[in-house]
Order: sequence, then structure tokens, then C-alpha cells
Amino acid sequence: MNSLHAFNRKARKLEEARVAEAGDVEALQKNKKHGRVYYPLGCTLSFNPGWEVDVSGGTAGLCAPVERDLFDCYLGCAWPAQVPDHVSNNPDWTTKCNSAANDWRNVDVIYP
Amino acid sequence: MTATEALSAAYHPAEHHAFESGGRQFLYLIPSGAIFGLEGLSQEIYNLLQSCPLSGEELTMELLCRGYSEAQIEATLDDMVDFDVLSSGTPKKTFPTVPEKSFPIQRIVLNTTNQCNLACGYCYEYSEDKIASTKDKPKFMSDSIAKAAIDTLVKESAGRNSLHVTFFGGETLLNYPLMRDSVDYAKNVAKAAGKTVDFSLTTNATLLTEEIADFLAEHRIGVTVSIDGDKELHDRMRVFHNGKGSYDVIAPKIKMLLARHRTNAIGARVTLSEGVRQVRRIYDHLTQELGFDGVGFAPVTASPDRLYQIGGQSMDKVLLEFEELAWEYRDYAIKGGRHYFTNVADTLKELHLGISKAYTCGAGLGLLGVGTTGEFAACHRFVDSPVAQMGNVTTGIDREARHEFLEKHHIGARTDCHSCWVRGLCAGGCYHESYIKHGLSAASNLTSCDRIRGWIDLCLRIYGEIGVKNPRFLERFDDN
Repeated sequence: MNSLHAFNRKARKLEEARVAEAGDVEALQKNKKHGRVYYPLGCTLSFNPGWEVDVSGGTAGLCAPVERDLFDCYLGCAWPAQVPDHVSNNPDWTTKCNSAANDWRNVDVIYP
Repeated sequence: MTATEALSAAYHPAEHHAFESGGRQFLYLIPSGAIFGLEGLSQEIYNLLQSCPLSGEELTMELLCRGYSEAQIEATLDDMVDFDVLSSGTPKKTFPTVPEKSFPIQRIVLNTTNQCNLACGYCYEYSEDKIASTKDKPKFMSDSIAKAAIDTLVKESAGRNSLHVTFFGGETLLNYPLMRDSVDYAKNVAKAAGKTVDFSLTTNATLLTEEIADFLAEHRIGVTVSIDGDKELHDRMRVFHNGKGSYDVIAPKIKMLLARHRTNAIGARVTLSEGVRQVRRIYDHLTQELGFDGVGFAPVTASPDRLYQIGGQSMDKVLLEFEELAWEYRDYAIKGGRHYFTNVADTLKELHLGISKAYTCGAGLGLLGVGTTGEFAACHRFVDSPVAQMGNVTTGIDREARHEFLEKHHIGARTDCHSCWVRGLCAGGCYHESYIKHGLSAASNLTSCDRIRGWIDLCLRIYGEIGVKNPRFLERFDDN
């Protein structure tokens, strides 16, 4: 809202209902629910340059380590990613990788 | 609607009432009751649409020339359409639906007696305009009737957990033992049902004692005292049966009550009539001399030919005094002070919450009046009358009669009100007053319309100014 100001409580409720229905644009902002800084997960939600710390305040979950980037695309991302299809064609692609942080080098390239 | 259609559709302001306050422009929207402030681009769009509807394309062209970007224009138009500040196409009126027959009740008014020790000239229960017939009916409500009514309240309250019982009369305290016993009973049955109950009392204060005051304080019972001002004004209408004024009896009792009972609100309720309409003088006396912290005024309910009915010109003078007192309320509010004119506070609360009513009040909806016989009526004013009856404590609420009442009195059925911008707050006016004045409870009170619109407009301007200059003051109206 720019120049139209919700002034009484009913107007503010209408505004809240509209946001609840349509969703608001979220940037790196305070997460109201948990009262801490909210960092979106997944590459498609990030804005480069990347995050300085992750949600726990550390650096292990940053996008910069290749394993984080890789696995976000592989498991959690709806975007057509440059990783193998683990549902039907390459279900065993990550079997040698028990811990992404330690074993990411075992994840090999797939040649179609 | 496609983007092309949206662009070519003609926009016009939706139903609203515009007002200015605190140097800003506001719109009160109908039917939502939302209030939006305009400035910059939204103000320009609103102004452009004042003379004639314009399409999105025409608006955009004009506003681009005024230096706004296309993105700004689109976003603001979206906001204004989403919140029903603007609409396109044919204006249509929408009304809420009539509630289901099982709609819960939350409040009962027990007419503990139909007797009164005063003989006020304007009384709607006993004087010339009375509609209640108490012949052959018990003078006092019995304990068993009161208990059965409270049982009905608890049973018919469905999911509502906060219940309310009002004790009313006649003069309520003529049957003080019933009130005392009913409070205990109601608390117990409400607790057993996992609900809470609170209480209020309307009284003429003639029978107050220290014992009663302590009881009221102990049970946090809200009290409304009917009083019309200082001795000279009060005694004009509020007299005993022998014609003697009641002021000298009640004044010390009221001071005693105010000193002993501090657990709930004690308000004064003033009935204005032709001889008693000195609003400022009455307000000052009740707040400064007697110490009330809430004073509400209401013009007497009477058919037009009664001598005590306030005439048109007199009513205009009353409203001027109301206005003066209302601006004083604003001054206090801006400084964060407390003012006791409850007519303003009540209206500001409704404006703040954006109340939009389908019914003038809760009568027959969430509230029922109960007579000494145990008959239910839409409210305490219709108890013992031939109108708006809705069953009794033995057979239960007559759902068909209640539904018929709710259909007839719904804002959708009060077609006189459909073009009025205050319909969401007034909804046609008091059913009892309509019945007295027009012989029909569902008729709209058309004689009061201009004054009500004037009053709401005044309160909107006061609301706007307080909201601009001391918005924190309005937070007190947040809770329901």
C-alpha cells in the first residue's frame, strides 16, 4: 500500500485478510512467528550475493558450499535443476554420500 | 477479468462517505465500515473520478502526465479496487443474510418486576405510550422463572462462552432478593457449563442501600442509574407517585454507591425531554457534583403529540450542545485525558471496529427480554406487550416467531435505509421507538435520519482527528 492508508481497525483487518489470501512479498526480513531473522532456503529464493550466515547463525548451511547448492536442487527444489532425476532413472545416485558435508565428493557425474 | 478488460472498464468511487479531519482526507466505506486515508496518488485518483467514471486506460494516461509511474498507478488502482474504494461496472448493494434459526443467545434481560415506586411522566412502561399490559400478571418475577430463564440462556448459548444477565424493571431493586439469588445461580450453572457470566443492573437508585452496593461491588455488577440532572431538572419528570421529586432521595445514595462500588462501571443514563434538555448543565452536574464517570443521553421515546416529546427546533439545540460536548471529548482525547460523554465513546468504538450491522441492536438476535410470567420478548421494552413475543421459559424459545421477527427487522428488509450511508451503524433505529411513533416495529425511524447522519459525520471527524494527533488513544477501543 502506498498512498491509501488503512485507518481504523476494520480497514487494517481487510489489509491483513488480503495479505493472508494473496501472500506478501517477503525479503530477508524478520520472521514474525519465530522472532528471528528469516533466511529463505533453496537457491530459487535467494538473492545474490548470498547469505552471510545461515538460519542458525553459522556458515555450514550457506549456499556457497557446493553440497548445499547441490542438495537443495536435488531434493528440495521445484525448479528444473541440473541434477539427476532421483525418482525414476537414477535412484542410487547419492548412495555413497551418507553425509553431504563429508561425502559430497562421492557424488559422481551421471552421463546420459 | 482480463488485463485488457480491466483497463477498459470504467472506474467510479464505490459507496462511501468522504470526510476531512486533522488536515487529511478520509473515506468511510459502505458496507464494510472500513476507514481509509487518502493522500498523493490515491487522492488524485479519487478526485479524478469525482466528476465522471474513467477507464483504467484514461486514468493511466492522465496520471502518467502528472509524473506517476505505470507501476505506481497499477499498484494503487489494485489497492483501491481490492478494498472497495473503487468499483467498476454497475454498483450493486449487498446485504448480509438473516441468521439461522439456531442462532445462539448470549444475553437476557430479566424484568424482575413490572412495578415501580416512581411515576416518571415519560415512562414507556406506564405512561401514555405504554404497550405492556401487566393486568393479571405477577408483579414480581419468581425465583423459579428466573432460574428457568437462566437455564435457557446457558442452554441456548451454543458455543458462546461469555454470557450476560441484565436486571431490569419496573424498578429492579423492588425485587432485590431475586437479583441476589439469581447472581449466585447463574454463576453456578454457567461454571458447570464451562462458561462465564457477568451482570448489569438498571435502577432509579431510590432503594439503594450499603448492603446492596457491597453486593454489586462483590459481584462486579455494572450499574446504570436513571437520572436526569440536577434537582430542578431531574424532579420535573422523575417523581414519586405522590408527585414529589426523587432527586433528594437518590443523590446521597448515588454518592454512597460511587464510593463503595469500584469494581465495574457506574454510568448515568439521562432521558432528555422537552423540559429537560440542558445537556451541558446536566453533564457538568452528573460528573462534577455527583461523580459519575460515564454519562449517556437519549431523547425520550414518545409518540409525536406528547407534550414532553422534544420538538424539532429544541432537538436541534440539543444536538448543538451534543456537538459542543463531543468536541470537548476530542480535546481531552488528543491530550490523552478522560472525558465522560459516553455517546461519543460508544460511537467512536463502533467506528474504530468498523461495525456494520444487519440489525439495529441485539434484540431477538443474541438478546431476549423475560417478563415476570416467563414470556420471552425481543427485548425488555416489548416484555408483556402483544408485539415481538418469542416463546417462554417452559416451552423454550419460539424459533419460528423469532426467525420471522429477524426477517422483518433485517436491514435487507428495511428498504428505506438502502440508500443511506449510515445504515451499517444505525440499521433503521430502535424497534420499540418505531412501534411507538409509527405503530410498526419494523418501520425505519425516518424522522431521526438527518440528525443521525449529522451525528455520525461529527464522530467520524472526531475519530479522524484523534487518529491523526493521538492514535494511541484509540487503542482502548480495540478489545471487544
